[in-house]
Amino acid sequence: MTAYVLRRLFQMALALLGVSIIVFSLIHLVPGDPVRVALGTRFDPDVHAALTKRAGLDRPILVQYFSWLGDAVRGDLGVSFRSGQPVADLLFERLPATITLAVAALFVALLVSVPLGILSAVRSGSKLDYGATAASQVAVSVPDFWAGIMYILLFSLSLRWLPPSGYVSFSDDPVEWLKHLTLPALTIGLISGSILFRFIRSAVLEALHQPYTRTARAKGLTERQVIWSHVMPNAWIPIVTVVGLQLGFLLSGVIVVEVIFAWPGLGRLALLSVQDRDFTVLQGAVLLIAFVFLSVNLIVDLLYGYLDPRVRQK
Amino acid sequence: MTATSSRDDHYAGEPIAEHRSRLRATVDTILLNRLAVTGLIILLLLVIAAAIGPLVAPYGINEISIPDRLQGPSASHWFGTDDLGRDLFSRVIIGSRVSLMVGFIAVGIALLIGVPIGLASGFYGGAVDSWLMRLMDILFALPAILLAIAVLAVLGPGIGNAMIAIGIVYTPIFARITRGSVLTIKESVFVSAARSLGATDIRILRTHILPNVVAPITVQTSLSLAFAILAEAALSFLGLGVQPPDPAWGRMLAEGRGFFEQAPWMAIFPGLAIVITVMAFNFVGDGLRDALDPQQRSVIESRGQG
Repeated sequence: MTAYVLRRLFQMALALLGVSIIVFSLIHLVPGDPVRVALGTRFDPDVHAALTKRAGLDRPILVQYFSWLGDAVRGDLGVSFRSGQPVADLLFERLPATITLAVAALFVALLVSVPLGILSAVRSGSKLDYGATAASQVAVSVPDFWAGIMYILLFSLSLRWLPPSGYVSFSDDPVEWLKHLTLPALTIGLISGSILFRFIRSAVLEALHQPYTRTARAKGLTERQVIWSHVMPNAWIPIVTVVGLQLGFLLSGVIVVEVIFAWPGLGRLALLSVQDRDFTVLQGAVLLIAFVFLSVNLIVDLLYGYLDPRVRQK
Repeated sequence: MTATSSRDDHYAGEPIAEHRSRLRATVDTILLNRLAVTGLIILLLLVIAAAIGPLVAPYGINEISIPDRLQGPSASHWFGTDDLGRDLFSRVIIGSRVSLMVGFIAVGIALLIGVPIGLASGFYGGAVDSWLMRLMDILFALPAILLAIAVLAVLGPGIGNAMIAIGIVYTPIFARITRGSVLTIKESVFVSAARSLGATDIRILRTHILPNVVAPITVQTSLSLAFAILAEAALSFLGLGVQPPDPAWGRMLAEGRGFFEQAPWMAIFPGLAIVITVMAFNFVGDGLRDALDPQQRSVIESRGQG
């Protein structure tokens, strides 16, 4: 197991290094002088010179990359071209809101998909199975941002049950926190849940048709025992993988959904930085999101290795 | 037929005219699949709408009429009007052009880059394989929309750049699927036979390997089209794709945001258009998968839309 963990850690470091090269290149691939572009009409030669120097853009490119990487590893991502604030501060201010939303969305997704997926597979061909499968077919075709808009139209503007946008921190007011969190979490969670549902259903269905399941039945176990001790342990493995991959989708969905619900998270920050041509902030946001994404994948893979001993040996 | 029928007797039930019968079987399976047929019909209608759009659209897409602004659906404006009094029905119809064009071109880019990478990676193995796949892994390490946004930050917003960005995002999926199929086919007897006859690598790839990876790639293409259309809509919604005043469904949704309460139809109809189009591609993709490649669990599906 140790060798497996080390190998995966090394792979993750390699992927991060690759991502860092792409992120670093961002600022250099932009046509023209990125600082001048970012300053736009507020151009001031002194500010320009200071920002260029602070970002190290006046040095040879390889030197720039390694010093940027060295700083990034120590948590220094430079300063925003717009506000002059340290990028790391801007990012960590918004990280909790994004994590809250992603976790809440995953919670919704699992709450919907796991029970429905298992039930649909166990009673495949039933009305419940048809209904759930049809609903998931529709849900995977719905753009997340449109679902969000429809929820706002229905639950906020017509029924006036929930606030249409904004964020309240848990420590300020737990009830308002939950109210503000509900619609964005439902928006991402239901779509993600419908993708998960399809995988859980087919994973359980596959395990139900394996010889070991037939053997368990032949031994005279009750259906409940067959499902919980023979079918599910085998079905969990593919489910864990897909849940891990779904986190990538959650992070993607979070970007657009944050914009709709004026959720002060990383995705909205990344998008605003594109609009403002604030490249250091964009670099930081992409790097941080990629880091979170890769870390989650690593955890999922390790969990996978724990669940399925065969994986460790490969 | 006589030549094959005598062999048919020997291998009862095994199709000899592989190509023909497989195509036949595929078409039959798809036609029996009601959802896939529905999807095909919707797509056909969409392509027609995109092609003859200006002829059927009752109003010009940028025909501004301030007195008619924010009108609800009626006999003269089926989908209502927007904040500038433009007819939404006309704009939704013409918007199908953008969605289909971006979808097809973006997926085309992903295919053209991804499939050769996958072929080379799977066929040659070794260092070529590990370098190419590491590169794909790096692209995979970024959430799809974030990668597209980063590409557009560099290239600048616009419909052409959005196609390139979406194409780049979906390249690794095609590379991986192609590689996976090549790896299994490479070991087949007919490949070793071709090699022992002195066939060149290019010839083996073209005549023996490529035809056998067509099935998974076809399935993936259809499903990717659905996701590419969703991605375009998201990017246009965020203001990074199609620029005003051109009508694109995502763009129209963004324009409707400020008028939620007065004019919900501005947000409802373009969104429905996206849902129906994406659903049609998904139905066809699922139908193709059932027919061609029942074993395949789509990578893209597990990665999600975004």
